[in-house]
Amino acid sequence: MSDSDRLAPTRRRFLTSAAALTFVTIASQTYAQSISGKLPWHPFAGEPPQPSLAGWFFFKPHEARAIEAIVDRLIPADDLSVGGKDAGCAAYIDRQLAGSFGNASRLYMKAPFLHGTPTQGYQGEATPAMRYRAALGAIDEHLRRTKNNRGFAQLSADEQDQFLKDLEAGKVDLGEIDGKVFFNLLLQNTMEGFFADPIYGGNRDMVSWKMIGFPGARYDYRDHVSKHNQPYPNGPVSITGSPEWSHKG
Amino acid sequence: MARKLPRKDVVIVGLGWTGAILAHELTDAGLDVVAIERGPWRDTATDFNIGYMPDELRYAVRRDLFLQPAQEAITMRNNVSETALPMRDYGSFLPGTGVGGAGVHWNGHTWRFDPADFQLKTHLTERYGAERIADLQVEDWGVTYDEMENAYDRFEYLCGISGKAGNLGGNIQDGGNPFEGARKREYPLPPMKMTYAPTLFAQAAKSLGLHPFPTPSANLSKPYVNPLGIGMGECTYCGFCERFGCANYSKSSAQTTILPVLMRKSNFEARCNSEVMQVNLDPSGKMAKSVTYVDSSGVEWEQPAEMVLLCAYGLHNARLMMLSNIGKIYDPQTGEGTVGRNYCYQTNAGMQLFFDDKNFNPFIAAGACGQTVDDFNGDHFDHGPVDFVGGAGINCIPTNGRPIGFRPVPPGTPRWGSEWKKATKDNYLKSFAFSSQGSSYAARGNYLDLDPTYKDRFGRPLLRMTFDFPDNDIRMSHWVSDRMEEIAKALNPKKYVSGKRNKSWNSVPYQSTHNTGGATMGANPKTSAVNKYLQSWDVPNVFVIGASAFQQNAGKNPTGTVGALAFHAADAIRNQYLRNPGAPLVQA
Repeated sequence: MSDSDRLAPTRRRFLTSAAALTFVTIASQTYAQSISGKLPWHPFAGEPPQPSLAGWFFFKPHEARAIEAIVDRLIPADDLSVGGKDAGCAAYIDRQLAGSFGNASRLYMKAPFLHGTPTQGYQGEATPAMRYRAALGAIDEHLRRTKNNRGFAQLSADEQDQFLKDLEAGKVDLGEIDGKVFFNLLLQNTMEGFFADPIYGGNRDMVSWKMIGFPGARYDYRDHVSKHNQPYPNGPVSITGSPEWSHKG
Repeated sequence: MARKLPRKDVVIVGLGWTGAILAHELTDAGLDVVAIERGPWRDTATDFNIGYMPDELRYAVRRDLFLQPAQEAITMRNNVSETALPMRDYGSFLPGTGVGGAGVHWNGHTWRFDPADFQLKTHLTERYGAERIADLQVEDWGVTYDEMENAYDRFEYLCGISGKAGNLGGNIQDGGNPFEGARKREYPLPPMKMTYAPTLFAQAAKSLGLHPFPTPSANLSKPYVNPLGIGMGECTYCGFCERFGCANYSKSSAQTTILPVLMRKSNFEARCNSEVMQVNLDPSGKMAKSVTYVDSSGVEWEQPAEMVLLCAYGLHNARLMMLSNIGKIYDPQTGEGTVGRNYCYQTNAGMQLFFDDKNFNPFIAAGACGQTVDDFNGDHFDHGPVDFVGGAGINCIPTNGRPIGFRPVPPGTPRWGSEWKKATKDNYLKSFAFSSQGSSYAARGNYLDLDPTYKDRFGRPLLRMTFDFPDNDIRMSHWVSDRMEEIAKALNPKKYVSGKRNKSWNSVPYQSTHNTGGATMGANPKTSAVNKYLQSWDVPNVFVIGASAFQQNAGKNPTGTVGALAFHAADAIRNQYLRNPGAPLVQA
């Protein structure tokens, strides 16, 4: 078989891109790719990330309100940056849960699911999407029962912080859900959203990169390697460029 | 029922570093070669696209270029009394997949092992007595450093390694590693430009009487044309190296050093998205006749060949041997069997430093741009007064400032909230780390076999890894951590934090993708699965090439030795095996 007529349907049997918003259905008709006699090259064969779209893809409205409130306490608005909500962290998590991260398509998910040692890592059967749905439901139920029928978004900032500290410390009884383990997942995903390229919906206007001084996707620092202990002069750029560029027209 | 294909001279399983080197060498010898690779075709222009390669989430966190556990997982436990469970996500180590293998997304530290590493059992027994290694299962490799020198040289010149020789023909050179084995010529390229943190580290180490030198790097310090005529570019210090493909053609890989020539040859074919199920033996069980593979549409094929080269990742080489009944699987109770024996890892520890008054620009970095102190590695110092064997290189090689993963804050800082944010901002530019990369010496209870419960997507048993750090290696690592603390103090930081290595091995946090052994080489078929030419003792038309051949791991990154072993095996096949195909090159 020659490669040219069979290349297209064979690429990326194991597409796992963080960019994949909806899980890509693999074409049923795929072939092994045989290459001989030349280096193959085809136009538009690469797979650039897809920009994040507006709207909620995974969270239901009440879940979205809770997540926005949570990320706004994990990363509060202060004189250093906007808060997690305005930075897009909730939107980021939503897109991730709607895609291949949320459905655990790249993980080993075969039974039996047994309880292991700490060195064996997470052994649960639930996907990240299922874990969020169940944990947010359990948190809401817990708070409404103990906090005068209020959900997380209705608590004061101090109450919210105290609840998150208790969750982090494993002090909140959420029944079958391990609150501490869920908190770690939530914190990891929130930080991903805050520090990832803005194309994924978080780190809006590269807010976190500007804050810490990370220049992003510049890719060439040869002119500054030997300038030891001197601040790097240029601000960040992302995969899609820089918002400043569009104001200069 | 598998569809049978026309016979080839050679079938190679896996088209990474070793598969590409062997394919190039054997097609040059006139053989008809097919490489079967379970991952996709990948090349720089299409897949390591400069427009979107600098994407930490996609490539470093979600690990788009890596083997995913859904495709093949590995089960693990710390000792035989536990039940192994699958690593549902890879963490401690991250195997590659696809054309180029893990050589696509490595950092590029390119070492030679010491002369003593190849004859470790003999060397340690002679110097310290057999008692000192009684708890370990260290072995000789059946080859000497001198036999490997030419192969190391060829791999370094293939890659365009940037470095400074420390020992030219026995003459110690200023600025290089004075502890290395003798090399016949300089590195092909001079060392990289040095960033600030390794520069300070080297000054501090020197002030203590140590011998820092630039880490030998496969990130190129200058443009280079390799012996195959393939041109490469200068590294841009972009800070997106390990876990990423290089968009600049400046990190050595099969893509940047071999494939542009190999792929043009009419006697070579790469078959991608095709996973080898097993090697098929003839009825005697002493000769391989073909491999069976399944393509991505689920169609099963049988590819007959005169010889089979296992060039997958070392762990997968060992598993394929087990699945194909090549050799006998190791049993830790009896000590018998060789396949899966002497699985080793890497014994690492860290040191994080915080300053008030310095700006390290951590994002200006390359995978292998840094400084190494080798004074406490291997047997470079007298182990008479200490209670362990082995050692560690101390490396200051800041590879990146990518902020999902790199956000150093002092211990005690909250993980979220305004206080966390302030500490993150305050320390991002003002902190760096160095680390020890320690030897991992074989022990009787550390091994690989097949899992009795968990299966892959084809229903084949997963590889089962039983491993914990031997006590010897923990004592070694703690001792080296104390030496690191002396360097940390000499740097006079505001604060330093020593991250010591302790039991038990944890499969979750990333440590190192330096998994070695499982199909080890040696002179004795009772303690090795392949002979000194990497030829199976049991099935002589099968060669098994990779870090699977290491009898134990040194305190150094394995790729330089893996590449050298590929040239070493290629020479043996071209110059010896092909004269009398099917015959063992070493009599058992």
